[in-house]
Amino acid sequence: MNLKLRVWRQRSAAEKGKMVTYQVADVSPDMSFLEMLDVLNEQLILDGEDPVSFDHDCREGICGSCGVMINGRAHGNGLFDSHPQTATCQLHMRSFKDGDTIDVEPWRATAFPLIKDLAVDRSALDRIIQAGGYISAPTGTAPEAHSILVAKKDSDAAFDAATCIGCGACVAACPNASSMLFTSSKVVHLGLMPQGQPERDDRVVNMIHQQDLEGFGGCTNIGECSASCPKGISMENISRLNHDLLGALRAGARPKS
Amino acid sequence: MTVTHSGQRRTPKAAKTSSVFKKVVMAVSGIILVLYLVAHMVGNLKLFAGAETFNGYSEWIRRIGEPAVPGQTVLWIIRLVLLVAVAAHIWAAISLWRQAKRARPQQYVARKQVAQSYASRTMRWGGVILGLFIVYHILDLTLGVANPAGHDATPYDRAIAGFSNPFVTLVYVVALLALGFHLRHGVWSATQTLGQSNKTRERTVNAFATVFAVVLTAGFLIPPLSVLVGIIE
Repeated sequence: MNLKLRVWRQRSAAEKGKMVTYQVADVSPDMSFLEMLDVLNEQLILDGEDPVSFDHDCREGICGSCGVMINGRAHGNGLFDSHPQTATCQLHMRSFKDGDTIDVEPWRATAFPLIKDLAVDRSALDRIIQAGGYISAPTGTAPEAHSILVAKKDSDAAFDAATCIGCGACVAACPNASSMLFTSSKVVHLGLMPQGQPERDDRVVNMIHQQDLEGFGGCTNIGECSASCPKGISMENISRLNHDLLGALRAGARPKS
Repeated sequence: MTVTHSGQRRTPKAAKTSSVFKKVVMAVSGIILVLYLVAHMVGNLKLFAGAETFNGYSEWIRRIGEPAVPGQTVLWIIRLVLLVAVAAHIWAAISLWRQAKRARPQQYVARKQVAQSYASRTMRWGGVILGLFIVYHILDLTLGVANPAGHDATPYDRAIAGFSNPFVTLVYVVALLALGFHLRHGVWSATQTLGQSNKTRERTVNAFATVFAVVLTAGFLIPPLSVLVGIIE
């Protein structure tokens, strides 16, 4: 396959960026999108040019490191009916046609400052986790696993929420650049488990507080997030978060600043 | 290796009110306004019952609670509640709109939306249209200053005089369609915001939002269009 790529090039946050056009020849349909970018980078290095920076790690769709806007969609999700929702690394070039023009851009959000080219700093999501996405448990001998029972319905919903890999696609796809789907999946996956109950009220209040401090937008329940999520996290988590927050505020929980 | 410079990190400003709380304000004030709209729509249909009934209904609204309370007391309480609800709705909307603008100062070069509906995309500007319409609507039919029949005419005559003009009716039709879209997304969004939605209810909530928006818009559209085509004279 021969492809025309239009890639966002920006040397640093301080400098202006622009879309730069590259031709990539002899792309195998079996390559992943990142492998195709590797081919482009090898070509750029041989030409003595600066290779395109992008984040990646496991390349198995489970770590959440990679993620770019492909033709205006986060991870390209929603562009291909035949293709399941995945992370960028699991999108294969067979989804494209020979001669296609592909636009590649970084996640754009105030809370995700650009580092270089397609790489952005997503540590804002880590700080939201730090604000409450944990449980406090005594260390020492592990208790008998069956001593705390969890309803099947709750454990399933908690697990579905816990599949969030924190890639940031929800933020990138949201017209408001809101991280509600991310935050809600973290709030819900702990909030549905018995172990998550002691800190349930503080968790939601503090995580939402941190989300606002990081400069994310507010949720308007549009649903672009869920349609872009490589794990298909449901919008119901956002409703559950809202429910938790209202309960917590009524119970007097306030964010610690 | 590229290091994130400390200058790239934002110094967090104290967030006085959480974005979710603002959404709750939006949802609750929206529900108050929607409940009023239902009563308003039903009242409008009394135009079909003739001038006497319609004017009598209008007069009754001003006398609710009499003689326990002086005339127009209940009317003014309703107006005050609506005014507070509209103000809260607008405050929350502007505040969240600004937050969203700050959250993405640089737009994408290529952008493709797949999930968002027309209704959700037009929430903000649709809301602006509705705000302007409400001002015109009060000047037209409540105060009568923008109405061809004038302030001294009966409510029935004002409605007939206004809606006989195709341009006036067109303004109402456009605004009511905007209202329909606003309600379509608003009903669903308020359910989410108040934490009352989940995977099993999602379809029902969305279906209800559509039906509700269609019924309310149709109910509002029927009287003005009936006047225009001469069913009501």
